[in-house]
Amino acid sequence: MSSLSVEFAGVTFKNPLVLASGTCGFGREYAEIFDIKRLGGLASKGLTLNARAGNEGLRIWETNSGIMNSVGLENPGVRAFIERDLDWVNGLGVVNIVNLGGHSIEDYIEGVRLLNSVKLDILELNISCPNVKAGGMNFGVKTELAREVVRKIRATCKHKLSVKLSPNAEDIVALARACEEEGADGISLVNTFLAMAIDLEGRKPVFGNTYAGLSGPAIKPIALRMVHQVAHSVKIPVMGMGGVVSWRDAIEFIMAGASIVQIGTGNFIKPDISLDIIDGIEAYLDAEGIGSVSEIRGIV
Amino acid sequence: MSKILSNHRMNEDFYLMRAEHQNDARPGQFYMLRAWGREPVLSRPISVFDADGDTVSFLYKVVGRGSAIFASLSADDEITLQGPLGNGFPNVTGKVAMVGGGVGIAPFYLAGKRLKASGVQVSIYLGFSGEPVLVSEYERAAGELVVKVGGFITDSVEPSDYDSIFACGPEVMMRSLYKKCKERGAADNLFVSMENRMACGVGACLVCSCKTADGNKKVCKDGPVFKGEAVFGL
Ligand SMILES: Cc1cc2nc3c(=O)[nH]c(=O)nc-3n(C[C@H](O)[C@H](O)[C@H](O)COP(=O)(O)OP(=O)(O)OC[C@H]3O[C@@H](n4cnc5c(N)ncnc54)[C@H](O)[C@@H]3O)c2cc1C
Ligand SMILES: Cc1cc2nc3c(=O)[nH]c(=O)nc-3n(C[C@H](O)[C@H](O)[C@H](O)COP(=O)(O)O)c2cc1C
Repeated sequence: MSSLSVEFAGVTFKNPLVLASGTCGFGREYAEIFDIKRLGGLASKGLTLNARAGNEGLRIWETNSGIMNSVGLENPGVRAFIERDLDWVNGLGVVNIVNLGGHSIEDYIEGVRLLNSVKLDILELNISCPNVKAGGMNFGVKTELAREVVRKIRATCKHKLSVKLSPNAEDIVALARACEEEGADGISLVNTFLAMAIDLEGRKPVFGNTYAGLSGPAIKPIALRMVHQVAHSVKIPVMGMGGVVSWRDAIEFIMAGASIVQIGTGNFIKPDISLDIIDGIEAYLDAEGIGSVSEIRGIV
Repeated sequence: MSKILSNHRMNEDFYLMRAEHQNDARPGQFYMLRAWGREPVLSRPISVFDADGDTVSFLYKVVGRGSAIFASLSADDEITLQGPLGNGFPNVTGKVAMVGGGVGIAPFYLAGKRLKASGVQVSIYLGFSGEPVLVSEYERAAGELVVKVGGFITDSVEPSDYDSIFACGPEVMMRSLYKKCKERGAADNLFVSMENRMACGVGACLVCSCKTADGNKKVCKDGPVFKGEAVFGL
């Protein structure tokens, strides 16, 4: 039997499959449907320092081979997560990845401080958020803005830190390198692509915020290219995601250089799709006589 | 996977599908239906029209690519049914009015049947824009049945005659019924079934959030049935 176990920044995952932030809550709902303890890890819904109600109006639109979402980081806030859900997630025996967003550097830092005092495995820093103090400019678009957040958070954060990149970055390779230089332990990519749909009858955008984030199979080839570029440009490990819905997709990401593969939109196609993918990867490795999944990482 | 037992066209745009599926579904609950692989990406939420322990039926309208695929299925084809999901309508007593507009009539067949059997006085109001369907079935599920083609079905309902009012249909219909209930001091008796777009169907992704008097609620998990006051009283 091949080994599916993977190291990521010193954290051991029993297999490379992780449920992506925002698509699985804190795991409770899926735990009622399938054995989520079989997963390699779970990335929490994106938390912010204080609770957020998220965006009003329509939040989801289906496209060809994808979906656009505009949830707007609805979440109960870091404190409520710590009180209500953290112990439960830690008890699952999967790698506990806590995803944190913020709308100012101060918010991020305060969130990181609260999380410093609790047990978790990896802090995944979502920098695809508008900086309200910089006129709404997204932290994840400009390399220098991203560098500044990562530097300040690194100085505070006691946990392993994986920075989650936006595919809307002006130069994703430069931005990933900046994160590495500022001391990130890993990189997660990609978040959703800024996209749009128009309501013809109403002659207006479908979403209240005009633009929304595209995910799912539609983005896979571009996400794969970005993972390939980043994984070949930094020495820190990469968690790849974007449209993975089959074991073949997952192997592609691994061959492109990802240590870990996250599944987001795929969970909506079939709630236990990640277990099928784990089984598929294992069967593939066995059939190919590959001893460990790490052997094929980055071979392309 | 569930086996389809029958799938018939009822009128211009309504279809009725019955499938083999062990269940304990309650009126007002729904399933996420899927009869394809990865495309379209999302499964489709459809209310329980009827259910016994071994089969479940859906009344659906063809509006887009997912429902068009459902309409193309035949007996013996397979479909994935995830559910039953959501809360469903409450078990009430006394006199209840069930007001359905368009395909929003779907949950009231089972709801009427079950509540009538438990001794509740059930009046069902059905609003159609085209040819009415399943009238004799709804007659059996209700003590009293009012069918209206065109116009506003809510005009036919007198909220003060009932202890509870259930509504399902276009949001404008439910909102106007809420206003009418409010005018009669009966807003607290109104329950509405919300129809927000969904992705996971189980409460994990928050794309179907609905603003209520008690904060955001997940239509798929906390709903789809809410107090009319909580949703429209804001
Ligand atoms: C709890 C609940 C119960 C429902 N019960 C029924 C029922 O019993 N019978 C019935 O005919 N319809 C019902 N609907 C509406 C039904 O889900 C949509 O008509 C259906 O999803 C349309 O899919 P489509 O692929 O044909 O349309 P498309 O327009 O191609 O769908 C595109 C996307 O939008 C979503 N969508 C489109 N219209 C609606 C809508 N009105 N409500 C929710 N999502 C929508 C689809 O699910 C899909 O994700 C219910 C909806 C909800 C939320
Ligand atoms: C409904 C939804 C909510 C999301 N919420 C978050 C979030 O809170 N934080 C975050 O970093 N990413 C969030 N994402 C992005 C996903 O984690 C993932 O990066 C993206 O969807 C691409 O992967 P996929 O194609 O497998 O879905 C969300 C995605 C979806 C579809």
